[in-house]
Amino acid sequence: MAKIEIENVYKIFGDNPEAALARAMAGEGKDEIHSDTGHTVGLHDITLSMEESKTFVVMGLSGSGKSTLIRHINRLIEPTAGRIVVDGVDVLTLNDADLRQFRRTKMAMVFQRFGLFPHRTVIHNVAYGLEMQGVEKRHRQDKAAEWIETVGLAGYENSYPSQLSGGMQQRVGLARALCGDPEVLLMDEAFSALDPLIRSGMQDQLIELQEKLHKTIVFITHDLDEALKLGDKIAILKDGRLSQVGKPEEILLEPADDYVAAFVRDVNRARVLTVDVVMRPPSLRLTTENIDAALREMQGHRDDFGYVFDGDDFRGVITERHLRRAATTNGNSSVYDLADDSQTVTADSVLEEALPTILQSDTPVAVVNNDGEFRGVVSKRELIRVLTEHREEPDEAAQEPKRTGP
Amino acid sequence: MADSNWLIEFPALSRDTLRLLQRSIDETFREFSRSYGQALEDFFEPLLWFMIWFERLLLNAPWWLVIAVIASCAYLASRNWKMTIGVIAAFLAIGIFGMWEDTMRTVSIITVCTLLAIVIGIPIGVMMARYDRAQATITPVLDVMQTMPSFVYLIPVVMLLGIGRVPGVIAVIIYAIPPVIRLTNLGIRLVDKDVLEAANAFGADFKQRLFGVQIPLAMPNIMAGVNQTIMMSLAMVVIASMIGVKGLGQPVLKAITNQYFSMGLFNGLAIVAIAIVFDRVSQAYGHRIQKHRQVGH
Ligand SMILES: Nc1ncnc2c1ncn2[C@@H]1O[C@H](COP(=O)(O)OP(=O)(O)OP(=O)(O)O)[C@@H](O)[C@H]1O
Ligand SMILES: [Mg+2]
Repeated sequence: MAKIEIENVYKIFGDNPEAALARAMAGEGKDEIHSDTGHTVGLHDITLSMEESKTFVVMGLSGSGKSTLIRHINRLIEPTAGRIVVDGVDVLTLNDADLRQFRRTKMAMVFQRFGLFPHRTVIHNVAYGLEMQGVEKRHRQDKAAEWIETVGLAGYENSYPSQLSGGMQQRVGLARALCGDPEVLLMDEAFSALDPLIRSGMQDQLIELQEKLHKTIVFITHDLDEALKLGDKIAILKDGRLSQVGKPEEILLEPADDYVAAFVRDVNRARVLTVDVVMRPPSLRLTTENIDAALREMQGHRDDFGYVFDGDDFRGVITERHLRRAATTNGNSSVYDLADDSQTVTADSVLEEALPTILQSDTPVAVVNNDGEFRGVVSKRELIRVLTEHREEPDEAAQEPKRTGP
Repeated sequence: MADSNWLIEFPALSRDTLRLLQRSIDETFREFSRSYGQALEDFFEPLLWFMIWFERLLLNAPWWLVIAVIASCAYLASRNWKMTIGVIAAFLAIGIFGMWEDTMRTVSIITVCTLLAIVIGIPIGVMMARYDRAQATITPVLDVMQTMPSFVYLIPVVMLLGIGRVPGVIAVIIYAIPPVIRLTNLGIRLVDKDVLEAANAFGADFKQRLFGVQIPLAMPNIMAGVNQTIMMSLAMVVIASMIGVKGLGQPVLKAITNQYFSMGLFNGLAIVAIAIVFDRVSQAYGHRIQKHRQVGH
């Protein structure tokens, strides 16, 4: 079961949300309801499920309801209708004391404008979560000092937030969130206020931390590159409605509507897509050591190259020409030894990194994972197709009458 | 002829009606003070005892000890030597000009008034910040308290409690408490929403939010309110001396009625000296506890 389930959540801002809710449920649009009743539809029938230990990114333009959505998860905002279930518990059923306990132990939040306590030093900021949990002072100071070190701020323990740069302040924000060892990390545009360089540094740090910590992260952003870099799954919001939910490559390669398509149009795919997205199974697997047997197999096949395996072990790629030459000069050598395993790419590298290797190779390049196990092959043709496909998209597509209503 | 008169003359209630109205209000109030005056006096008895005790303490202690204590308070609050020396000089001068006893009485009553104003005012300000309805009802009351001529509310206070220290203190507090209430309310309302939301997100409860975030961050405003309250109670001390509050106000009053210019001037200057001391020290304290604000950008 998913860590966080959001079920049919509606949020209407205004004095009399019930009346506006009925209209929203009947399918009226945000603008219509706003001009008729003065109520704002923050969220419209949102259903999402977020997996444990994964990074779930929510993306959308300003005003699309991202902050509203993330604040429902720890109930800083109450929905007008719908359910929010965390670890099987309906958050809306918690009483005040249980809700506080839930916020203290289950989740922590990182804010766009940092939200640090200006009157507390860095170490006391970081220790705040533990203080709320009632952890004894010595212990929480020790723990906080560790986290300050982890985010690279050792030496600044006794500074005040106003003495730090924006990037450093957000490291404090991150350390503060992680210090209480929450299961869920809620990050509302956590890096949006930072300079591009510092921002990408923070993204790298988050990825690195996540490899060790395996938290469930809900990350809000309006930046697609950031979403693609961090997200295991991405949801795209528009005017309080979900446009699309999917893996990064699904969003990129199969945008559900014009809104999403407009988002992904300018993305540099080579920088975002990883090799495993364009990877295919090899057309020919050779599992024999014998040159003649291998040649016979290759002749019955349309390709003039094959991928050589010793059991499950990948030994390399070999071409028909190479095999023939070996057969005439040295008929007794092993195909395993002849196969060329010098050219491989790793499955999780982005296309940009793999590009030179793939383009220089005459044959589709073998893809291996980090342990060196064979995963598939990637061909020049497939690579070029993926990288150029979206440029063919005619401009008229954007001018088609927009879908309105549900 | 009476028919068109209201166009020229304001159609006021007739003099008899007015007299009747005023008399009945006065009667009701007198009745009230007759039946509850004693109970009220009993209620304020502990306050009276405390004030007498505190005043005696200041009067009976050796003068150098009093100056030493005041100077160390000033130093602890401001951590500033120059200011501390200034405080000592001011009190020495007051002693030399023969106003030591009256000054001690005034310092004692100001201290009590300020403490009471803080103890009563801050919780009211907190309540106003939390409930809009409280703000809506209390704000006009504060307006009345600040604009009503102070002599006017001396009357009911005296009717209820007679003359003496307690009615004096009450009159001073009524006059001086609005700033601390207003600025506590304002200060808490101005606390950054993001910071408060962060406290909420980490599961802070009402008390943890109030004492851990809101009051510390509202401190500059609260201190400004306290400072104004002190200044206003000092200003009120002269008026309160009309209902029997002893201290620097009484010689001033005497000087006015008898046209003793120099007497009025000396005592007036003593009040100014105390005011400056309280003002600078409380401001320095306010700044010092906000040291996180003075650094960085
Ligand atoms: N407290 C509120 N009262 C009324 N309307 C609100 C409130 N909070 C949010 N809204 C409205 O709800 C909609 C969604 O706002 P939200 O802050 O969730 O957007 P967002 O996607 O986080 O935008 P941004 O990228 O600017 O942070 C907006 O139209 C906003 O005006
Ligand atoms: Mg937002």
